[in-house]
Amino acid sequence: MRQTTSSLKSKDLLGIEPLTPEEITLILDTAEGFKEVSERPVKKVPALRGQLVINLFMEASTRTRVSFEIAEKRLSADTLNFAASGSSVEKGETLIDTAENLMAMHPDMIVIRHKHPGAPKMLADRLPASIINAGDGAHEHPTQALLDAFTIRERLGRLHGVNVSIVGDIAHSRVVRSNIHLLTRMKANVTVAGPPTLIPAEIERLGVRVAHSLDEAIDGADVIMMLRIQLERQGKLTFPSLREYYNTFGLTPARLRRAKEGILVMHPGPMNRGVEIASDVADGPWSVILDQVTNGVAVRMAVLYLLGGAHAE
Amino acid sequence: MRVAESMNLLITNGRLLDPSQRIDARLDLLIENGVITGTGKKLKSSAPVLDAGGLTVVPGLIDLHTHLREPGQEHKETIATGTRAAVAGGYTAVCAMANTMPPNDERAVTEMIIAESARNGVCRVYPIGAVSKGLKGEELAELAELRAAGCVAVSDDGMPVANAQLMRRALEYCSMLRIPVIAHEEDRNLREGGVMHEGYWSTVLGMSGIPAASEETLVARDVILAGMTGAHLHVAHLSTKGAVESVRAARRAGVHVTAEATPHHIALGDDALQSFATNLKMNPPLRPDAHRQAVIEGLADGTIDVIATDHAPHHFDEKNVEFDLAPFGVIGLETAFSVCHDRLVRRHIIDLSRLIELMSCAPARIFGLPGGTLRAGSPGDVTLIDPTVRFQVTNTFHSKASNSPFIGQTLQGRVVATVVGGAVRHDLRAPVPLPSPKPPRKRKR
Repeated sequence: MRQTTSSLKSKDLLGIEPLTPEEITLILDTAEGFKEVSERPVKKVPALRGQLVINLFMEASTRTRVSFEIAEKRLSADTLNFAASGSSVEKGETLIDTAENLMAMHPDMIVIRHKHPGAPKMLADRLPASIINAGDGAHEHPTQALLDAFTIRERLGRLHGVNVSIVGDIAHSRVVRSNIHLLTRMKANVTVAGPPTLIPAEIERLGVRVAHSLDEAIDGADVIMMLRIQLERQGKLTFPSLREYYNTFGLTPARLRRAKEGILVMHPGPMNRGVEIASDVADGPWSVILDQVTNGVAVRMAVLYLLGGAHAE
Repeated sequence: MRVAESMNLLITNGRLLDPSQRIDARLDLLIENGVITGTGKKLKSSAPVLDAGGLTVVPGLIDLHTHLREPGQEHKETIATGTRAAVAGGYTAVCAMANTMPPNDERAVTEMIIAESARNGVCRVYPIGAVSKGLKGEELAELAELRAAGCVAVSDDGMPVANAQLMRRALEYCSMLRIPVIAHEEDRNLREGGVMHEGYWSTVLGMSGIPAASEETLVARDVILAGMTGAHLHVAHLSTKGAVESVRAARRAGVHVTAEATPHHIALGDDALQSFATNLKMNPPLRPDAHRQAVIEGLADGTIDVIATDHAPHHFDEKNVEFDLAPFGVIGLETAFSVCHDRLVRRHIIDLSRLIELMSCAPARIFGLPGGTLRAGSPGDVTLIDPTVRFQVTNTFHSKASNSPFIGQTLQGRVVATVVGGAVRHDLRAPVPLPSPKPPRKRKR
């Protein structure tokens, strides 16, 4: 019998790693209910009325920041967006001082994006507010993995036994780590692929298969997830050129001819068209990239609700 | 070290343990004019008596790797506070690393350190000079002059000598001076922004890794250069299996290489970094168990001669930041003996005599320093330890800094009292009023 749970253990969502399969299922099930809210003429429920959520984005972000803000507004929370540029961070204020000053104004939740791993945990250890990790360096990006899982489950009806290949800069990706934790916990089969220079040490110990060719990654995959290649890594000894990368690991319609019927192509964004993914693929029939974005709002509503709303009632 | 009080002391009622003379017996120890004059049963003397009360009396501990931060970074530590931390940890002498600001790359800095130690230090301080000017790895510092001024070794610690030719020349030159070159072994290109050991945990935590190879490649290079030059290479803070193996092979081949390991590399593994605690950030980084066990084996079988602290104080504010942004380094003087006793002696990996060899006798012997023995004629430097007491490490240190990875741990074995040159500098049972540091001397116009 499947175990169920009705709440999350922690006050924070710092990563997927600490979550149980039951908690993951709870978030995904809750998100299903919230997805419908965004399709109504009046896209708002009162779940977080009177609660203050601060979006502390210390690193550039489009999708995640906007998605969180929309999710907060659809739950009727008061929201405040804080960006590093134009703030006292530029005057040298430390993260802890910034966070403690914000805390003095009694937010209920803080959503944080930061370039250094562990920054959300620093806040969670010190502040009474619920901390939601919106991406910390190459560590975790839990809501991204949740929206990816939601999208896979929505399309394929399950996570158990699904073959997911993740291709690209595995070493520097927080999306990969959160996805590996989530998918392996839900008994999906995960392959990571890329040049050895972009595969981090001992990643097999996380229960994934490592491939060094795109064809191998595509073979048998139900889902292929392409990761952004950070343009600035070119020439930094990780790969020789973007041209060579595209020819080796770029996902093109020709490559997809070998794929399983109905393969889903995903990308967490932002995409570099013509580097890791061809436009014909990104915009083609395989792509569920914009579904991911739509589902991101529902998943974030679920997380905010379970951490804030569910307790407040 | 300040010289003032009575330098005569009779230590009674203790278990005398001196690995340098293979003594382990209930004997008294007499210090006169700061020098050990004899050991024996029921010694008679008019000297003041220090009742050891059954504690173990060993030669004073000597640290070959201490960062005292003065001159230049007195907000982290000073010679006054660092030496107080030393005696609280049972150390009667410390070797002060050269990466001060300015670095100890010229005679004036060495003289300043020696003068300040005489004024405000409470244990012996032996300066270590820089290998290269400004620690830049470009040209040799004036090594003979540093030696003449009192430096006991040279090192660009923290800034490894990347240029093999410079390393070779430093070794050759120092063989003439009869002092060791201490090498912080790290290929900075292989480290490339790394903040922790590269392996499973760096992958999970998404942090940049420092591969074991960054240490191992340079150890391999430097033992070859030591063999070629016949000089004395001392490898600082060994932390990997491959590095231990290189040193072991070089020693077998007759190369003059000695090595040290730190208490934190003995006691802690990189899995601890899941907490993202910045007091676990140091360089070389904490390694996984296979490496840690190799270091411990090296200590047990004699490949590694010395346990040294790499005491690296940092201000609270500097460590109270994101892990990536925190400086490398942890303090160690006040916990080193307890950590090593708890992890090595209590667990029967080595005996107490071997631990004292690693922390006192061998440091003195390989660097040619006074002490490390209770033989008559040696300095009256003695440490009293209680191998049975268990205690919890708290966040209260004599060091200015508190960046210790051991806060909260319960350890067995503790330093109870420390005697430097016949003067009691630390006694847990009856706190010793140490002279307050004197302000800097005013310059006469």
